[in-house]
Amino acid sequence: MRVMVMVKANEASEAGQMPSEQELAAMGAFNEELVKAGVMLDGDGLHPSREGYRVTISPGTEPSVTDGPFAETKELIAGYWIWQVKDMDEALAWAKRIPALGPDTTPGTVELRPLFEADDFGEEFTPELQAQEERLRKQIAGS
Amino acid sequence: MAAADVNRAVEAVWRIESARLIAGLARTVRDVGLAEDLAQEALVAALEQWPESGVPDNPGAWLMATAKRRGIDRLRRDRIAARKSEELGRELEVRGEAVERDLAAAIDDPFDDDLLRLIFTTCHPLLSTEARVALTLRLLGGLTTPEIARAYLISESTVAQRIVRAKRTLAAARVPIEVPVRDQLPERLAAVLEVVYLIFNEGYSPSSGDAVVRIELLEEAMRLGRILAELLPTEPEVHGLVALIELQASRTRARVDPAGEPVPLLEQDRARWDWMLIGRGQRALERAYATGGSFGPYALQAAIAACHSRARDAADTDWVRIAALYDGLAQVSPSPVVGLNRAVAVGMAFGPGAALELLGDEEMGAALAGYPLLPAARGEMLERLGRDAEARTQFERAAELTANERQARFLRRRAATR
Repeated sequence: MRVMVMVKANEASEAGQMPSEQELAAMGAFNEELVKAGVMLDGDGLHPSREGYRVTISPGTEPSVTDGPFAETKELIAGYWIWQVKDMDEALAWAKRIPALGPDTTPGTVELRPLFEADDFGEEFTPELQAQEERLRKQIAGS
Repeated sequence: MAAADVNRAVEAVWRIESARLIAGLARTVRDVGLAEDLAQEALVAALEQWPESGVPDNPGAWLMATAKRRGIDRLRRDRIAARKSEELGRELEVRGEAVERDLAAAIDDPFDDDLLRLIFTTCHPLLSTEARVALTLRLLGGLTTPEIARAYLISESTVAQRIVRAKRTLAAARVPIEVPVRDQLPERLAAVLEVVYLIFNEGYSPSSGDAVVRIELLEEAMRLGRILAELLPTEPEVHGLVALIELQASRTRARVDPAGEPVPLLEQDRARWDWMLIGRGQRALERAYATGGSFGPYALQAAIAACHSRARDAADTDWVRIAALYDGLAQVSPSPVVGLNRAVAVGMAFGPGAALELLGDEEMGAALAGYPLLPAARGEMLERLGRDAEARTQFERAAELTANERQARFLRRRAATR
Protein backbone atom coordinates (compact mmCIF):
# COMPACT_ATOMS: atom_id res chain seq x y z
CA MET A 1 0.00 0.00 0.00
CA ARG A 2 0.99 3.59 -0.46
CA VAL A 3 0.93 6.20 2.23
CA MET A 4 1.23 9.95 2.00
CA VAL A 5 3.19 11.38 4.87
CA MET A 6 2.47 15.09 5.27
CA VAL A 7 4.94 17.15 7.26
CA LYS A 8 3.05 19.91 9.04
CA ALA A 9 4.35 23.46 8.88
CA ASN A 10 5.69 25.44 11.83
CA GLU A 11 6.74 29.08 12.36
CA ALA A 12 10.22 28.41 11.03
CA SER A 13 9.07 26.67 7.86
CA GLU A 14 6.44 29.37 7.26
CA ALA A 15 9.11 32.04 7.74
CA GLY A 16 11.07 30.36 4.97
CA GLN A 17 13.97 29.41 7.22
CA MET A 18 16.08 26.68 5.71
CA PRO A 19 16.97 23.73 7.93
CA SER A 20 20.48 23.77 9.45
CA GLU A 21 23.27 21.79 7.88
CA GLN A 22 22.94 19.27 10.70
CA GLU A 23 19.22 18.88 10.16
CA LEU A 24 19.71 18.47 6.44
CA ALA A 25 22.34 15.79 7.02
CA ALA A 26 20.01 13.89 9.38
CA MET A 27 17.15 14.12 6.90
CA GLY A 28 19.43 13.05 4.07
CA ALA A 29 20.50 9.96 6.02
CA PHE A 30 16.88 9.10 6.79
CA ASN A 31 15.87 9.50 3.16
CA GLU A 32 18.74 7.26 2.16
CA GLU A 33 17.45 4.59 4.53
CA LEU A 34 14.01 4.86 2.92
CA VAL A 35 15.46 4.53 -0.57
CA LYS A 36 17.64 1.56 0.37
CA ALA A 37 14.63 -0.19 1.88
CA GLY A 38 12.63 0.34 -1.32
CA VAL A 39 10.06 2.33 0.66
CA MET A 40 10.53 5.83 -0.77
CA LEU A 41 8.50 6.57 -3.87
CA ASP A 42 8.54 10.32 -3.80
CA GLY A 43 9.01 13.24 -1.50
CA ASP A 44 9.83 16.92 -1.36
CA GLY A 45 9.72 20.07 0.69
CA LEU A 46 7.33 22.92 -0.06
CA HIS A 47 7.95 26.65 -0.09
CA PRO A 48 6.13 28.62 2.64
CA SER A 49 2.44 29.35 2.08
CA ARG A 50 3.16 32.96 1.16
CA GLU A 51 4.27 31.61 -2.21
CA GLY A 52 1.09 29.60 -2.62
CA TYR A 53 -2.48 30.20 -3.76
CA ARG A 54 -5.88 28.80 -3.02
CA VAL A 55 -8.43 28.37 -5.75
CA THR A 56 -12.04 27.94 -4.66
CA ILE A 57 -14.31 26.25 -7.13
CA SER A 58 -18.04 26.39 -6.66
CA PRO A 59 -20.76 25.53 -9.13
CA GLY A 60 -22.26 28.41 -11.10
CA THR A 61 -19.63 30.99 -10.20
CA GLU A 62 -16.19 31.88 -11.45
CA PRO A 63 -13.38 30.18 -9.50
CA SER A 64 -11.90 32.60 -6.95
CA VAL A 65 -8.20 32.85 -6.17
CA THR A 66 -6.76 33.75 -2.74
CA ASP A 67 -3.07 34.59 -2.33
CA GLY A 68 -0.94 33.11 0.48
CA PRO A 69 0.23 33.29 3.20
CA PHE A 70 -2.45 31.40 5.06
CA ALA A 71 -3.08 31.79 8.75
CA GLU A 72 -3.56 28.38 10.34
CA THR A 73 0.17 27.44 10.38
CA LYS A 74 -0.29 24.10 12.13
CA GLU A 75 -2.72 22.92 9.46
CA LEU A 76 -0.41 23.80 6.60
CA ILE A 77 1.93 21.38 4.92
CA ALA A 78 5.68 21.99 4.65
CA GLY A 79 6.63 18.81 2.84
CA TYR A 80 5.52 15.31 1.98
CA TRP A 81 6.62 11.79 1.23
CA ILE A 82 4.93 8.97 -0.60
CA TRP A 83 5.97 5.62 0.85
CA GLN A 84 5.22 2.09 -0.20
CA VAL A 85 4.79 -0.09 2.86
CA LYS A 86 3.17 -3.36 3.82
CA ASP A 87 0.66 -1.81 6.19
CA MET A 88 0.03 1.28 8.34
CA ASP A 89 1.99 -0.29 11.20
CA GLU A 90 5.09 -0.31 9.05
CA ALA A 91 4.44 3.28 8.01
CA LEU A 92 4.16 4.25 11.68
CA ALA A 93 7.41 2.44 12.50
CA TRP A 94 9.17 4.45 9.79
CA ALA A 95 7.48 7.69 10.83
CA LYS A 96 8.86 7.30 14.37
CA ARG A 97 12.34 7.38 12.86
CA ILE A 98 11.91 10.75 11.14
CA PRO A 99 14.62 13.07 12.48
CA ALA A 100 13.38 16.09 14.42
CA LEU A 101 13.20 19.28 12.38
CA GLY A 102 12.50 22.89 13.24
CA PRO A 103 12.88 24.77 16.51
CA ASP A 104 13.38 22.71 19.66
CA THR A 105 10.44 24.40 21.31
CA THR A 106 7.82 23.16 18.86
CA PRO A 107 7.27 19.46 18.37
CA GLY A 108 7.09 18.45 14.71
CA THR A 109 4.01 16.67 13.42
CA VAL A 110 3.52 14.39 10.47
CA GLU A 111 0.17 13.09 9.29
CA LEU A 112 -0.06 9.70 7.60
CA ARG A 113 -2.85 8.92 5.17
CA PRO A 114 -3.22 5.82 3.00
CA LEU A 115 -3.74 6.38 -0.72
CA PHE A 116 -6.67 4.73 -2.46
CA GLU A 117 -5.60 1.66 -4.36
CA ALA A 118 -7.50 -0.18 -7.08
CA ASP A 119 -8.33 -3.10 -4.83
CA ASP A 120 -9.50 -0.95 -1.91
CA PHE A 121 -13.02 -1.19 -3.22
CA GLY A 122 -12.88 -4.96 -3.01
CA GLU A 123 -15.84 -7.10 -3.87
CA GLU A 124 -18.39 -4.46 -3.01
CA PHE A 125 -17.11 -2.49 -5.96
CA THR A 126 -18.92 -4.63 -8.52
CA PRO A 127 -18.38 -4.30 -12.26
CA GLU A 128 -21.74 -2.48 -12.49
CA LEU A 129 -20.69 0.05 -9.88
CA GLN A 130 -17.33 0.45 -11.58
CA ALA A 131 -19.06 1.09 -14.88
CA GLN A 132 -21.31 3.62 -13.18
CA GLU A 133 -18.31 5.37 -11.70
CA GLU A 134 -16.67 5.41 -15.12
CA ARG A 135 -19.78 7.05 -16.58
CA LEU A 136 -19.91 9.56 -13.76
CA ARG A 137 -16.27 10.36 -14.20
CA LYS A 138 -16.83 10.99 -17.89
CA GLN A 139 -19.84 13.16 -17.14
CA ILE A 140 -17.87 15.15 -14.61
CA ALA A 141 -15.09 15.52 -17.14
CA GLY A 142 -17.74 16.83 -19.52
CA SER A 143 -17.14 14.30 -22.25
CA MET B 1 0.16 0.95 24.91
CA ALA B 2 -1.95 -2.20 24.84
CA ALA B 3 -0.11 -5.50 24.35
CA ALA B 4 -1.69 -6.04 20.93
CA ASP B 5 -0.47 -2.62 19.79
CA VAL B 6 3.05 -3.38 20.99
CA ASN B 7 2.99 -6.70 19.14
CA ARG B 8 2.01 -4.91 15.96
CA ALA B 9 4.72 -2.31 16.53
CA VAL B 10 7.29 -5.10 17.05
CA GLU B 11 6.15 -6.83 13.88
CA ALA B 12 6.47 -3.58 11.95
CA VAL B 13 10.03 -3.15 13.25
CA TRP B 14 10.68 -6.74 12.21
CA ARG B 15 9.45 -5.97 8.72
CA ILE B 16 11.95 -3.12 8.50
CA GLU B 17 14.91 -4.81 10.18
CA SER B 18 14.67 -8.55 9.50
CA ALA B 19 16.47 -8.70 6.14
CA ARG B 20 19.46 -6.70 7.33
CA LEU B 21 19.52 -8.58 10.61
CA ILE B 22 19.50 -12.01 8.96
CA ALA B 23 22.04 -10.80 6.38
CA GLY B 24 24.44 -9.55 9.06
CA LEU B 25 24.10 -12.76 11.05
CA ALA B 26 24.46 -14.98 7.97
CA ARG B 27 27.85 -13.43 7.23
CA THR B 28 29.19 -14.22 10.69
CA VAL B 29 27.62 -17.64 11.33
CA ARG B 30 28.03 -18.67 7.67
CA ASP B 31 24.63 -20.37 7.54
CA VAL B 32 21.32 -18.80 6.50
CA GLY B 33 19.26 -21.31 8.47
CA LEU B 34 21.09 -20.60 11.73
CA ALA B 35 21.03 -16.87 10.98
CA GLU B 36 17.26 -16.96 10.60
CA ASP B 37 16.85 -19.01 13.79
CA LEU B 38 18.89 -16.49 15.77
CA ALA B 39 16.99 -13.57 14.27
CA GLN B 40 13.71 -15.28 15.19
CA GLU B 41 14.94 -15.77 18.75
CA ALA B 42 15.71 -12.07 18.92
CA LEU B 43 12.19 -11.34 17.65
CA VAL B 44 10.70 -13.56 20.36
CA ALA B 45 12.81 -11.73 22.96
CA ALA B 46 11.56 -8.40 21.63
CA LEU B 47 7.95 -9.57 21.82
CA GLU B 48 8.58 -10.53 25.46
CA GLN B 49 10.54 -7.50 26.57
CA TRP B 50 9.35 -4.51 24.57
CA PRO B 51 5.84 -4.43 26.01
CA GLU B 52 7.55 -3.78 29.38
CA SER B 53 10.54 -1.69 28.32
CA GLY B 54 9.09 0.06 25.28
CA VAL B 55 10.60 -0.07 21.77
CA PRO B 56 14.32 0.81 22.07
CA ASP B 57 15.75 3.88 20.33
CA ASN B 58 17.69 1.78 17.87
CA PRO B 59 15.60 -1.37 17.50
CA GLY B 60 17.82 -2.81 14.78
CA ALA B 61 20.93 -2.70 16.97
CA TRP B 62 18.97 -4.16 19.89
CA LEU B 63 17.81 -7.12 17.79
CA MET B 64 21.33 -7.68 16.45
CA ALA B 65 22.92 -7.57 19.89
CA THR B 66 20.32 -10.00 21.24
CA ALA B 67 20.72 -12.40 18.31
CA LYS B 68 24.51 -12.28 18.74
CA ARG B 69 24.29 -13.18 22.41
CA ARG B 70 21.98 -16.10 21.60
CA GLY B 71 24.37 -17.20 18.88
CA ILE B 72 27.39 -17.19 21.17
CA ASP B 73 25.49 -19.14 23.83
CA ARG B 74 24.41 -21.70 21.31
CA LEU B 75 27.88 -22.14 19.82
CA ARG B 76 29.36 -22.63 23.31
CA ARG B 77 26.78 -25.29 24.07
CA ASP B 78 27.49 -27.04 20.78
CA ARG B 79 31.23 -26.97 21.48
CA ILE B 80 30.86 -28.48 24.92
CA ALA B 81 28.71 -31.21 23.42
CA ALA B 82 31.22 -31.74 20.63
CA ARG B 83 34.15 -32.04 23.05
CA LYS B 84 32.49 -35.08 24.57
CA SER B 85 32.61 -36.92 21.28
CA GLU B 86 36.38 -36.35 20.91
CA GLU B 87 37.82 -36.48 17.38
CA LEU B 88 34.48 -36.23 15.69
CA GLY B 89 34.00 -32.88 17.27
CA ARG B 90 37.44 -31.47 16.48
CA GLU B 91 36.49 -29.85 13.18
CA LEU B 92 33.26 -28.51 14.57
CA GLU B 93 35.15 -27.08 17.50
CA VAL B 94 37.74 -25.27 15.40
CA ARG B 95 35.06 -23.89 13.13
CA GLY B 96 32.86 -22.98 16.05
CA GLU B 97 35.64 -20.98 17.70
CA ALA B 98 36.23 -18.97 14.56
CA VAL B 99 32.52 -18.30 14.14
CA GLU B 100 32.19 -17.30 17.78
CA ARG B 101 35.11 -14.85 17.43
CA ASP B 102 33.55 -13.31 14.33
CA LEU B 103 30.17 -13.12 15.95
CA ALA B 104 31.54 -11.39 19.04
CA ALA B 105 33.47 -8.91 16.89
CA ALA B 106 30.60 -8.21 14.50
CA ILE B 107 29.39 -4.68 14.76
CA ASP B 108 25.73 -4.21 15.56
CA ASP B 109 25.00 -2.39 12.33
CA PRO B 110 25.08 -4.74 9.35
CA PHE B 111 26.60 -3.60 6.04
CA ASP B 112 24.74 -3.17 2.78
CA ASP B 113 27.06 -5.81 1.36
CA ASP B 114 25.55 -8.34 3.74
CA LEU B 115 22.19 -7.87 2.10
CA LEU B 116 23.71 -8.38 -1.33
CA ARG B 117 25.45 -11.55 -0.19
CA LEU B 118 22.17 -12.83 1.22
CA ILE B 119 20.26 -12.12 -2.01
CA PHE B 120 22.81 -14.03 -4.07
CA THR B 121 22.53 -16.92 -1.60
CA THR B 122 18.74 -17.15 -1.50
CA CYS B 123 18.71 -16.99 -5.33
CA HIS B 124 21.48 -19.58 -5.69
CA PRO B 125 21.20 -21.68 -8.89
CA LEU B 126 21.59 -24.82 -6.78
CA LEU B 127 18.02 -24.26 -5.56
CA SER B 128 14.87 -24.87 -7.56
CA THR B 129 13.03 -21.78 -8.78
CA GLU B 130 10.20 -22.30 -6.27
CA ALA B 131 12.67 -22.68 -3.43
CA ARG B 132 14.48 -19.50 -4.46
CA VAL B 133 11.23 -17.56 -4.58
CA ALA B 134 10.06 -18.82 -1.18
CA LEU B 135 13.41 -18.30 0.54
CA THR B 136 13.81 -14.81 -0.93
CA LEU B 137 10.32 -13.73 0.12
CA ARG B 138 10.90 -15.12 3.59
CA LEU B 139 14.44 -13.88 4.30
CA LEU B 140 14.53 -10.65 2.27
CA GLY B 141 10.89 -9.71 2.07
CA GLY B 142 10.28 -10.55 5.72
CA LEU B 143 7.10 -12.39 4.71
CA THR B 144 5.87 -15.11 7.02
CA THR B 145 5.22 -18.64 5.80
CA PRO B 146 1.40 -18.17 5.99
CA GLU B 147 1.71 -14.93 3.99
CA ILE B 148 3.72 -16.67 1.25
CA ALA B 149 1.23 -19.56 1.23
CA ARG B 150 -1.71 -17.17 0.87
CA ALA B 151 -0.05 -15.25 -1.94
CA TYR B 152 0.66 -18.41 -3.93
CA LEU B 153 -2.53 -20.27 -2.94
CA ILE B 154 -0.55 -23.24 -1.68
CA SER B 155 -0.53 -24.85 1.73
CA GLU B 156 1.61 -23.53 4.54
CA SER B 157 3.27 -26.89 4.95
CA THR B 158 4.35 -26.83 1.29
CA VAL B 159 5.97 -23.43 1.79
CA ALA B 160 7.57 -24.46 5.08
CA GLN B 161 8.94 -27.60 3.46
CA ARG B 162 10.38 -25.67 0.52
CA ILE B 163 12.14 -23.28 2.86
CA VAL B 164 13.51 -26.00 5.16
CA ARG B 165 14.75 -28.01 2.19
CA ALA B 166 16.33 -24.94 0.59
CA LYS B 167 18.22 -24.10 3.77
CA ARG B 168 19.34 -27.71 4.11
CA THR B 169 20.55 -27.78 0.49
CA LEU B 170 22.58 -24.61 0.98
CA ALA B 171 24.11 -25.93 4.21
CA ALA B 172 24.87 -29.38 2.81
CA ALA B 173 26.63 -27.93 -0.23
CA ARG B 174 28.43 -25.45 2.03
CA VAL B 175 27.43 -22.66 -0.30
CA PRO B 176 29.52 -19.66 0.70
CA ILE B 177 27.46 -16.59 1.53
CA GLU B 178 29.15 -14.18 -0.82
CA VAL B 179 28.81 -11.92 -3.83
CA PRO B 180 29.95 -13.96 -6.85
CA VAL B 181 33.25 -13.17 -8.49
CA ARG B 182 33.23 -11.00 -11.58
CA ASP B 183 33.15 -13.72 -14.23
CA GLN B 184 30.21 -15.46 -12.55
CA LEU B 185 28.34 -12.26 -11.84
CA PRO B 186 26.25 -11.98 -15.04
CA GLU B 187 24.88 -15.51 -14.70
CA ARG B 188 24.23 -15.26 -10.96
CA LEU B 189 22.69 -11.82 -11.33
CA ALA B 190 20.36 -13.18 -14.01
CA ALA B 191 19.17 -15.78 -11.47
CA VAL B 192 18.46 -13.03 -8.91
CA LEU B 193 16.59 -10.85 -11.41
CA GLU B 194 14.58 -13.85 -12.55
CA VAL B 195 13.35 -14.44 -8.99
CA VAL B 196 12.24 -10.81 -8.64
CA TYR B 197 10.51 -10.90 -12.03
CA LEU B 198 8.77 -14.19 -11.23
CA ILE B 199 7.41 -12.70 -8.01
CA PHE B 200 6.25 -9.67 -9.97
CA ASN B 201 4.55 -11.76 -12.65
CA GLU B 202 2.73 -13.92 -10.13
CA GLY B 203 1.40 -10.66 -8.70
CA TYR B 204 0.62 -9.09 -12.08
CA SER B 205 -0.97 -12.16 -13.71
CA PRO B 206 -1.67 -14.73 -11.01
CA SER B 207 -1.33 -18.27 -12.36
CA SER B 208 -4.07 -19.56 -10.06
CA GLY B 209 -7.20 -18.32 -8.37
CA ASP B 210 -9.49 -15.67 -9.82
CA ALA B 211 -7.82 -12.51 -8.56
CA VAL B 212 -6.85 -10.22 -11.43
CA VAL B 213 -3.81 -9.06 -9.49
CA ARG B 214 -2.06 -9.89 -6.21
CA ILE B 215 -1.00 -6.51 -4.94
CA GLU B 216 1.16 -7.87 -2.13
CA LEU B 217 3.42 -9.77 -4.53
CA LEU B 218 3.48 -6.91 -7.00
CA GLU B 219 4.59 -4.50 -4.29
CA GLU B 220 7.07 -6.95 -2.81
CA ALA B 221 8.74 -7.42 -6.19
CA MET B 222 8.94 -3.68 -6.74
CA ARG B 223 10.46 -3.26 -3.31
CA LEU B 224 13.03 -6.03 -3.85
CA GLY B 225 13.93 -4.53 -7.22
CA ARG B 226 14.44 -1.08 -5.74
CA ILE B 227 16.60 -2.49 -2.94
CA LEU B 228 18.69 -4.32 -5.53
CA ALA B 229 19.06 -1.14 -7.61
CA GLU B 230 20.66 0.63 -4.63
CA LEU B 231 22.97 -2.33 -3.95
CA LEU B 232 24.12 -2.78 -7.56
CA PRO B 233 23.82 0.72 -9.06
CA THR B 234 26.24 0.04 -11.92
CA GLU B 235 24.29 -2.88 -13.43
CA PRO B 236 22.05 -1.73 -16.31
CA GLU B 237 19.84 -4.82 -16.11
CA VAL B 238 18.97 -4.18 -12.46
CA HIS B 239 17.66 -0.71 -13.32
CA GLY B 240 16.10 -2.21 -16.44
CA LEU B 241 14.15 -4.71 -14.36
CA VAL B 242 13.02 -2.00 -11.93
CA ALA B 243 11.93 0.18 -14.85
CA LEU B 244 10.10 -2.72 -16.50
CA ILE B 245 8.11 -3.70 -13.42
CA GLU B 246 7.27 -0.13 -12.43
CA LEU B 247 6.06 0.61 -15.97
CA GLN B 248 4.05 -2.60 -16.18
CA ALA B 249 2.56 -2.03 -12.73
CA SER B 250 1.55 1.49 -13.82
CA ARG B 251 -1.11 -0.10 -16.06
CA THR B 252 -2.69 -2.30 -13.41
CA ARG B 253 -5.85 -0.22 -13.15
CA ALA B 254 -6.31 0.29 -16.90
CA ARG B 255 -5.71 -3.18 -18.26
CA VAL B 256 -9.00 -4.70 -17.09
CA ASP B 257 -12.41 -3.32 -18.05
CA PRO B 258 -15.39 -3.06 -15.67
CA ALA B 259 -16.53 -6.53 -16.73
CA GLY B 260 -13.15 -7.95 -15.73
CA GLU B 261 -12.02 -8.50 -19.32
CA PRO B 262 -8.50 -7.61 -20.38
CA VAL B 263 -8.07 -4.34 -22.28
CA PRO B 264 -5.27 -4.34 -24.90
CA LEU B 265 -2.51 -1.80 -24.32
CA LEU B 266 -3.42 0.45 -27.23
CA GLU B 267 -7.06 0.66 -26.14
CA GLN B 268 -6.36 1.47 -22.50
CA ASP B 269 -7.55 4.71 -20.95
CA ARG B 270 -4.23 6.42 -20.31
CA ALA B 271 -5.74 8.66 -17.65
CA ARG B 272 -6.07 5.52 -15.53
CA TRP B 273 -2.38 4.70 -15.75
CA ASP B 274 -0.43 5.33 -12.58
CA TRP B 275 1.65 8.34 -13.49
CA MET B 276 3.79 8.21 -10.37
CA LEU B 277 4.95 4.71 -11.28
CA ILE B 278 5.50 5.80 -14.89
CA GLY B 279 7.74 8.62 -13.65
CA ARG B 280 9.64 6.19 -11.46
CA GLY B 281 9.96 3.67 -14.29
CA GLN B 282 11.29 6.31 -16.65
CA ARG B 283 13.83 7.49 -14.09
CA ALA B 284 14.96 3.90 -13.52
CA LEU B 285 15.41 3.53 -17.29
CA GLU B 286 17.47 6.72 -17.36
CA ARG B 287 19.67 5.22 -14.65
CA ALA B 288 20.09 2.11 -16.82
CA TYR B 289 21.22 4.30 -19.73
CA ALA B 290 23.52 6.29 -17.40
CA THR B 291 25.47 3.15 -16.45
CA GLY B 292 26.75 3.12 -20.03
CA GLY B 293 26.50 -0.68 -19.99
CA SER B 294 24.84 -2.75 -22.68
CA PHE B 295 21.15 -3.52 -22.35
CA GLY B 296 19.87 -7.03 -21.75
CA PRO B 297 16.31 -8.32 -22.04
CA TYR B 298 14.93 -6.42 -19.04
CA ALA B 299 16.27 -3.00 -19.98
CA LEU B 300 15.19 -3.48 -23.61
CA GLN B 301 11.67 -4.49 -22.62
CA ALA B 302 11.59 -1.53 -20.26
CA ALA B 303 12.66 0.77 -23.09
CA ILE B 304 9.79 -0.59 -25.20
CA ALA B 305 7.33 -0.14 -22.34
CA ALA B 306 8.61 3.43 -21.88
CA CYS B 307 7.83 4.23 -25.55
CA HIS B 308 4.19 3.39 -24.84
CA SER B 309 4.22 5.37 -21.59
CA ARG B 310 5.61 8.43 -23.35
CA ALA B 311 2.95 8.42 -26.06
CA ARG B 312 0.06 10.70 -25.18
CA ASP B 313 -2.32 8.49 -27.11
CA ALA B 314 -2.01 5.29 -29.10
CA ALA B 315 -1.58 7.18 -32.39
CA ASP B 316 1.35 9.08 -30.88
CA THR B 317 3.39 5.88 -30.33
CA ASP B 318 6.96 5.91 -31.67
CA TRP B 319 6.74 2.61 -33.56
CA VAL B 320 10.02 3.11 -35.41
CA ARG B 321 11.85 3.20 -32.10
CA ILE B 322 9.86 0.25 -30.77
CA ALA B 323 10.70 -1.79 -33.86
CA ALA B 324 14.40 -0.97 -33.40
CA LEU B 325 14.25 -1.99 -29.73
CA TYR B 326 12.58 -5.28 -30.72
CA ASP B 327 15.45 -5.87 -33.13
CA GLY B 328 17.78 -5.56 -30.15
CA LEU B 329 15.59 -7.80 -28.01
CA ALA B 330 15.43 -10.43 -30.75
CA GLN B 331 19.22 -10.47 -30.70
CA VAL B 332 19.79 -10.77 -26.93
CA SER B 333 16.89 -13.10 -26.19
CA PRO B 334 15.39 -14.50 -29.37
CA SER B 335 12.03 -16.25 -29.06
CA PRO B 336 9.05 -16.79 -31.36
CA VAL B 337 6.90 -14.44 -29.26
CA VAL B 338 9.53 -11.69 -29.45
CA GLY B 339 9.62 -12.31 -33.21
CA LEU B 340 5.86 -11.91 -33.45
CA ASN B 341 5.87 -8.69 -31.44
CA ARG B 342 8.71 -7.39 -33.51
CA ALA B 343 6.78 -8.09 -36.70
CA VAL B 344 3.74 -6.22 -35.38
CA ALA B 345 5.95 -3.24 -34.43
CA VAL B 346 7.51 -3.32 -37.90
CA GLY B 347 4.00 -3.32 -39.37
CA MET B 348 3.05 -0.29 -37.33
CA ALA B 349 6.29 1.50 -38.21
CA PHE B 350 6.87 0.59 -41.84
CA GLY B 351 3.63 -0.82 -43.19
CA PRO B 352 1.88 -4.17 -43.42
CA GLY B 353 3.97 -5.55 -46.30
CA ALA B 354 7.20 -5.64 -44.29
CA ALA B 355 5.38 -7.18 -41.32
CA LEU B 356 3.71 -9.87 -43.40
CA GLU B 357 7.08 -10.98 -44.67
CA LEU B 358 8.33 -11.41 -41.07
CA LEU B 359 5.09 -13.15 -40.05
CA GLY B 360 5.57 -15.66 -42.85
CA ASP B 361 8.73 -16.98 -41.19
CA GLU B 362 8.42 -20.76 -41.15
CA GLU B 363 10.24 -21.30 -37.88
CA MET B 364 7.94 -18.83 -36.15
CA GLY B 365 4.92 -20.47 -37.74
CA ALA B 366 5.96 -23.89 -36.46
CA ALA B 367 6.78 -22.65 -32.95
CA LEU B 368 3.55 -20.68 -32.63
CA ALA B 369 1.28 -23.20 -34.37
CA GLY B 370 -1.44 -23.06 -31.70
CA TYR B 371 -1.02 -19.40 -30.84
CA PRO B 372 -4.05 -17.30 -31.89
CA LEU B 373 -2.15 -14.02 -31.99
CA LEU B 374 -0.09 -15.15 -34.98
CA PRO B 375 -3.03 -15.57 -37.42
CA ALA B 376 -4.67 -12.51 -35.81
CA ALA B 377 -1.59 -10.42 -36.64
CA ARG B 378 -1.45 -11.88 -40.15
CA GLY B 379 -5.14 -11.10 -40.63
CA GLU B 380 -4.57 -7.54 -39.48
CA MET B 381 -1.75 -6.96 -41.98
CA LEU B 382 -3.64 -8.64 -44.84
CA GLU B 383 -6.65 -6.48 -44.07
CA ARG B 384 -4.54 -3.36 -44.24
CA LEU B 385 -3.23 -4.51 -47.60
CA GLY B 386 -6.81 -4.92 -48.86
CA ARG B 387 -6.43 -8.70 -49.23
CA ASP B 388 -9.83 -9.29 -47.61
CA ALA B 389 -10.41 -12.95 -48.45
CA GLU B 390 -7.05 -13.98 -47.01
CA ALA B 391 -7.61 -11.76 -43.98
CA ARG B 392 -10.94 -13.48 -43.31
CA THR B 393 -9.30 -16.92 -43.33
CA GLN B 394 -6.71 -15.76 -40.83
CA PHE B 395 -9.25 -14.19 -38.47
CA GLU B 396 -11.35 -17.35 -38.56
CA ARG B 397 -8.27 -19.41 -37.74
CA ALA B 398 -7.41 -17.15 -34.86
CA ALA B 399 -10.97 -17.40 -33.53
CA GLU B 400 -10.72 -21.21 -33.58
CA LEU B 401 -7.47 -21.16 -31.63
CA THR B 402 -8.36 -18.74 -28.87
CA ALA B 403 -9.73 -20.02 -25.57
CA ASN B 404 -11.04 -16.58 -24.67
CA GLU B 405 -14.71 -16.38 -25.71
CA ARG B 406 -14.75 -12.60 -25.91
CA GLN B 407 -11.68 -12.54 -28.10
CA ALA B 408 -13.17 -15.27 -30.32
CA ARG B 409 -16.36 -13.23 -30.81
CA PHE B 410 -14.32 -10.19 -31.70
CA LEU B 411 -12.28 -12.12 -34.24
CA ARG B 412 -15.34 -13.76 -35.83
CA ARG B 413 -16.93 -10.36 -36.18
CA ARG B 414 -13.82 -9.10 -37.93
CA ALA B 415 -13.83 -12.11 -40.21
CA ALA B 416 -17.50 -11.58 -41.05
CA THR B 417 -17.06 -7.95 -42.03
CA ARG B 418 -14.35 -8.75 -44.56
